[in-house]
Amino acid sequence: MVKERLFGKVPEEVAEICRELEMPGYAAAQIVDWLYKKRILSIDDMTNLAVRYRDQLKEKYEVRLYPPSKVEVSADGTKKYLYQSGNKKFVESAYIPDGDRATLCVSSQVGCKMGCLFCMTGKQGFQGNLTAGEIVNQIHSLPERDQLTSVVYMGMGEPFDNLENVLRSIEILTAEWGYAWSPRRITVSTIGIIPAMQAFLERSQANLAVSLHTPFEEERKMLMPVEQVYPLPEVLKTVRSWDFGRQRRISFEYILFKNLNDTPRHVKELARLLNGLRCRINLIRFHPIPDTPLEASDDQAVQVFKDALNQKGILTTIRASRGEDIWAACGLLSTREMTRK
Amino acid sequence: MSWTVITEKGPFMLPANLKSVRVESIREMAPQVFIIEFKKFFNFEAGQIISLSLSEHLEPRMYSIASGERDNNIQVLFNVVNDGHLTPALSCLKPGDAIWSSPGFGKFTGTCGEAWWIAQGTGIAPFASMFRSGQSASKTLIHGGRHADSFYFSDEFGPVLNDHYVKCCTKEDLPGGFRGRVTDYLEQLSALSPDPLYYLCGSSEMVVESRDILIKRGVPFRKIVGEIYF
Repeated sequence: MVKERLFGKVPEEVAEICRELEMPGYAAAQIVDWLYKKRILSIDDMTNLAVRYRDQLKEKYEVRLYPPSKVEVSADGTKKYLYQSGNKKFVESAYIPDGDRATLCVSSQVGCKMGCLFCMTGKQGFQGNLTAGEIVNQIHSLPERDQLTSVVYMGMGEPFDNLENVLRSIEILTAEWGYAWSPRRITVSTIGIIPAMQAFLERSQANLAVSLHTPFEEERKMLMPVEQVYPLPEVLKTVRSWDFGRQRRISFEYILFKNLNDTPRHVKELARLLNGLRCRINLIRFHPIPDTPLEASDDQAVQVFKDALNQKGILTTIRASRGEDIWAACGLLSTREMTRK
Repeated sequence: MSWTVITEKGPFMLPANLKSVRVESIREMAPQVFIIEFKKFFNFEAGQIISLSLSEHLEPRMYSIASGERDNNIQVLFNVVNDGHLTPALSCLKPGDAIWSSPGFGKFTGTCGEAWWIAQGTGIAPFASMFRSGQSASKTLIHGGRHADSFYFSDEFGPVLNDHYVKCCTKEDLPGGFRGRVTDYLEQLSALSPDPLYYLCGSSEMVVESRDILIKRGVPFRKIVGEIYF
């Protein structure tokens, strides 16, 4: 019998399990505490539970935490971890230390359905959603977990195509019974699936990042098929309708492609589209992927683009390129591993 | 085309523009593939999609419209996803039953110019709509399916598109057809013109793989438009 995973369950679910197994009411809080506050690997480690309750639990459940199956370390300190999720299925997490800060980029799906032209993960096709437990496992089982200052959902997959598991993972990360992180340490990146984006804004306090990549609809259609269904003006209308308050952040991701989306015309249109919105644009250098027709803008073009946007009053930063020597573009490492097995 | 929108219910998540309509007809085109029809209550552009639901309180899914712009009814082609929350119930509807539909939306719309329509399975629907809306001139249609009965609307396409209609069948040899996948067909072509627009509609794997082949064969990516059903 395949046992059910305990890690990733929320208190209500654990309480239900305890009721089913006729365990005392206080056992649920104890189990949740063991799962998320303490670093146990098995039910046997839950030493304040009576042995008979542990035995009962073990009949149907297991903690099921997985360490990474592989790590690649870049000369700049970036580490790419590979986690196995089922037979021949792999997801990646990227640990990115930067001075006194450290960010983990986590995956939300195995593969992706969205088919963006610049993305390696899309070439794998879609193989499944990660459960909340599998998402949080990427953080919990990270050797550098205690150094983390932030988590970004920008790894493999479209988080809002797996909304419930993403929201549940955020709940585990931010609840007092969980990791008790501030939601401001978490950013979820989307290509703009509007109904799920609305639900995320309503049901969480985490930051939002939207993959923009060009302000022109016709161009965005070529880069991102989602534009056919959820056009950028509608995405921005939704963002503008939301009160982000003073703490919650909205940012836009913008990968720069040579002679495609790095022109003054793009700066002008971006400034028009984002006028009055308290936001930031993160410029990202393109990591070329096999057989792509796209080229990365050179460093000078990236700098010029950034300066032009800042002059227009839009806070713009350049994301430092990290881990280029370890297949840094998301999806490359897992694709290589998938084809090797 | 269908899209998993959300699973948690909440009034702010549901499209405000769903309207109750009566099913006019429903028929099985092939095993587990149905076409459902209801009276048109909105104008649309060929290639657009609608949200469909069985109730105003249930999560809708998106589907391409298969009927033409001037037709009186809206047609939707769908295959039954066994563990899906909508299509098994949708396939059991009878004429007179109520369903909920949004007006048409989306930007995967047609062209009067030269184009290739490349589809897999029920991804043929937007091209059927374009074809039925008078956009068949200068078009080449490549359709992929498993069996002979997977080539929906072939009785309409064949007489008009003639040699410009290619059925790529993976499980059977069809007279005049190609044995293999759409991507196999594209790979073995001797030349591809960079001039037409190339429309792709199907699973993400098919769209991404076909796009890669077209690009490798010299088609500018700006000439490729994909719609993925999710």
